[in-house]
Amino acid sequence: MGDFKKKVVIIDYNLGNLFSVKQACDTVGMNAIISSDKKEIEEADALILPGVGAFIEAMTNLENLKLVEPIKNAVGNGKPLFGICLGLQLLFTKSEEFGSGEGLNLIDGVIRKFPAIYNERKIKVPQIAWNKIYSSKQHWGNSPLSEIEENEFMYFVHSYYVDPTEESCVMTLSNYEGLEYCSGISKNNIFATQFHPEKSAEKGISIYRNWAIINNLL
Amino acid sequence: MKTVRIIPRLDIKGPNLVKGIHLEGLRVLGKPSDFAKFYYEQGADELMFMDVVASLYERNSLHDIISETAKSIFIPITVGGGLRSISDIKEVLRAGADKVCLNTAAINNPQLIKDATRMFGSSTIVVAIEAIKEQNGQYLAYTDNGREHTGLDVFEWAQRLDDMRVGEIVITSVDKEGTGEGFDLELISKVSSLISVPLIAHGGAGKKEHIPVVIKEGKADAVALGSLLHYQFIKENESQKSDKEGNTEFLQQKRNFHIFEPCSLNDIKSYLVDNKIECRI
Repeated sequence: MGDFKKKVVIIDYNLGNLFSVKQACDTVGMNAIISSDKKEIEEADALILPGVGAFIEAMTNLENLKLVEPIKNAVGNGKPLFGICLGLQLLFTKSEEFGSGEGLNLIDGVIRKFPAIYNERKIKVPQIAWNKIYSSKQHWGNSPLSEIEENEFMYFVHSYYVDPTEESCVMTLSNYEGLEYCSGISKNNIFATQFHPEKSAEKGISIYRNWAIINNLL
Repeated sequence: MKTVRIIPRLDIKGPNLVKGIHLEGLRVLGKPSDFAKFYYEQGADELMFMDVVASLYERNSLHDIISETAKSIFIPITVGGGLRSISDIKEVLRAGADKVCLNTAAINNPQLIKDATRMFGSSTIVVAIEAIKEQNGQYLAYTDNGREHTGLDVFEWAQRLDDMRVGEIVITSVDKEGTGEGFDLELISKVSSLISVPLIAHGGAGKKEHIPVVIKEGKADAVALGSLLHYQFIKENESQKSDKEGNTEFLQQKRNFHIFEPCSLNDIKSYLVDNKIECRI
């Protein structure tokens, strides 16, 4: 009705394939742009924090681009934020990758590496696989996962996983070679997945659509 | 539990999907986007596009294929063939690839692997090894579709790649590739035991029964399939017409079909589940 669509900014900090995230946003009808510009991020109605790669390098890039404060402020002001893969991990307090690196500290917890050997068995790291997600204590009904069934397969690529201090933010769990880990979180206006919904076929795209609907971005 | 991935592999020459035997004698099978869409709808876990000619002047058609595919196909896409520099990698990622696959450049310039894993993240960098078994039983790594001898021992090379923390390794048995005789289990199981990153097995699948074997005995984490799926696609889509170059007679004659027992992704995945191997259905 003449209203402009709300603006979603996909945060570009020079890591990862943003094209597929943008493609998913376009497919469901969001007005999304890719940007590393502080001003654009401050003016955005909602943020997507994607990313593949190294935690420390990601934080360094965010700091150099002066994006740490704008992201924290946006979340503090109640704007929706959708973190994907490394973008989930960056929300946490710190990572044990290459010593210890500080994250955005929006959620209490630590990032841990998958062990090379678990239960006396060698496991392949990174996990590059479709894996099931299942619910923790939180219900999915009114979340971006509303069209996702228990034990649906999603696509994962990662060597590290999050270990949240607050159990209440854990939305989905997954199990890799016997090790159960948190694969999705939800806390107030933050929603984040360890898996890549934009690479998880039509079910994954439904997560984008429902995130947009819930946050009134369409 | 770990789920295995079934990855249709699409060899590309110019605008066409092609298929060879031992990576040579390429024949045109059809339009890559038709195959890609079909496999996506059938539940492929990932797609792998390899530009098998990779001449510079044809690079644009590869980019076009990738960007067209990435617009409507929401599964991971790996692209390889002729990528020689950071800027080549950047370009295919920008066209919509999620991962890149290096071979020749990785061997000629291992520094490229280090730079690329640092810039794009380990998991974005896949390295292909084309292995040929010599008469003395040694496996040597080749480049340029099994034509260029490098003298590198496959197992030493795989370990070095693992040390460099590439995201995953694709091992192709050039001896078996396109033959339908089954995978080279000796090669694949040995490489898998030496590395800590995921291994994609490629080359030799001729029927669905070959696949659980390469997962259980070969210890492969994923399987890349060409002919087995492509011939099934052609069987199911015989009326399809597209602009083709080269040897279209081959398609009409179906000369190679008798070696293969083509099957669909669904057939393969159900068969894996029957054999207690977990995969996405």
